[in-house]
Amino acid sequence: MTWNPGDDMLVVQRAPQPGAAGGAYRTFGETLRGLKTTMARLFEGPKTISYPEEKVPVYPRFRGRHRLHRFEDTGLEKCVGCSLCAAACPADCIRVVAAENTPENRVSAGERYAAVYEINLSRCIFCGYCEVACPFDAITMGHDYEMSDYNRSDLIFTKEMLLDEPLERTPLRNEGE
Amino acid sequence: MTVPLPLAEVGFVEPWWVQLIKSVILFAIAVQIVPIVLLAERKLLARFQHRYGPNRVGPMGAAQPLADIIKLATKEDFRPSTSIGFLYALAPVISLLTAFAAFAILPFGDVANVFGQDVGLYGLDVGIGVLYVFAFGAIAFYGLMLGGWASGSKYSFLGAMRAAAQLISYEVAMGLSLVGVLMMAGTLSLPAIVEAQSNVWYIVPQFVGFLIFLVSAFAETNRAPFDLPEADAELVAGYNTEYGGAKFASYFFAEYVNILVVSGIAVTMFLGGWQLPFVDPPGFLDPFVVFAKIFLFVFLFVWIRATLPRLRYDQLMSFGWKVLLPLATLNALVTAIVVVAVS
Repeated sequence: MTWNPGDDMLVVQRAPQPGAAGGAYRTFGETLRGLKTTMARLFEGPKTISYPEEKVPVYPRFRGRHRLHRFEDTGLEKCVGCSLCAAACPADCIRVVAAENTPENRVSAGERYAAVYEINLSRCIFCGYCEVACPFDAITMGHDYEMSDYNRSDLIFTKEMLLDEPLERTPLRNEGE
Repeated sequence: MTVPLPLAEVGFVEPWWVQLIKSVILFAIAVQIVPIVLLAERKLLARFQHRYGPNRVGPMGAAQPLADIIKLATKEDFRPSTSIGFLYALAPVISLLTAFAAFAILPFGDVANVFGQDVGLYGLDVGIGVLYVFAFGAIAFYGLMLGGWASGSKYSFLGAMRAAAQLISYEVAMGLSLVGVLMMAGTLSLPAIVEAQSNVWYIVPQFVGFLIFLVSAFAETNRAPFDLPEADAELVAGYNTEYGGAKFASYFFAEYVNILVVSGIAVTMFLGGWQLPFVDPPGFLDPFVVFAKIFLFVFLFVWIRATLPRLRYDQLMSFGWKVLLPLATLNALVTAIVVVAVS
């Protein structure tokens, strides 16, 4: 007794009836079809991206390791040591100690500057809230994601490390790519 | 020249020193071919899955098998505390021994003149030919069985049980599938069977037998889709779960030599051995022709492995006994009738 799907059903897909000769023929045919499928994969060639040699370009808004910025014309640091980034940080990984700028020793454009600016990257969750909180765009999320290290203390990035250019540029994906 | 020996008739006999040199060379060839098959399998399997495969050690990963073997050979030689020491060490040796012994009778060419000395390009042309292979195939069970039993582990034991059941059921169908060829050739000697195929390869009249042989060959060598004895997903690794280091390498090696032997038997029985259609290559090319054909089978082994999922245990059993065995019997029967009717 086969199941009646109703009059409004036009096409019912049913599994083939099991049968000795027909079943064997179908099994054989399906096996050949499977072999054809895998053979086609062989000719397509590998899709692997050999990671350390080739890198997948990141998107422009990729949130990688932080960067601190300077003004391009004067060379002064943009950061004024307001600690808003540290306040916004949900992982509590930013430590800012501010100091007063003096006429002899002018570091930033504002009244104060960050004497100590440390980001503990082993705690950072790369949420980008520090970037959003910064009133002067002094801290942004860069594109680097290769930050593994042998030592936990090596992952605490100081102000000098964050201000410097990264050692190796991460490839960036262009618009529409 | 037929020389009667206590155990079997031998078709062609060289002086003892030629036989010694020949056995060393054959052994060396088997040992050299296995890493190539190993690398070919890993590379091909990777390409079937859109990967590169091993490409770090040496140019294009060519030294990968060497690195693997060095790694395995330098590992600690351990054994589980529940194992039976002597059998545990003996089992991989049996596997390896039988695999190499079966390799000895593969014919790679006719009798050739090498430096003024007639040399048969095979280990031995025994009159019992295929039976010799099956005899050593049967002893090879002991390697798997003892390995699983002596490990003293439940997964090894389950794997060994499966291996025993599977190998015994498929050996019957395998033997019967070759009966057709033997009846057509009228001899058991492998070089003579190759000679008998000078007009037409036996794959044409014996196509059903070839398919049955191929399927049971996959089961005999524990290859996917019949790799139930090692079924890594269910049984960890079956009979070689508790093996490591050089002992594991022996099992591994034996498996690949078995693939070569089974491919070689298939080439000899169905694909005309060293003969090529339409052209008659010079004698020194014979071994290369055979190896090219063997590598076709190795490719097929990898291709099937990349395609088909593993069978369920009851499917395996019912397929072996209810499909392959009757089919092989029928094939032998029909061949017998045809052979008698024609002659």
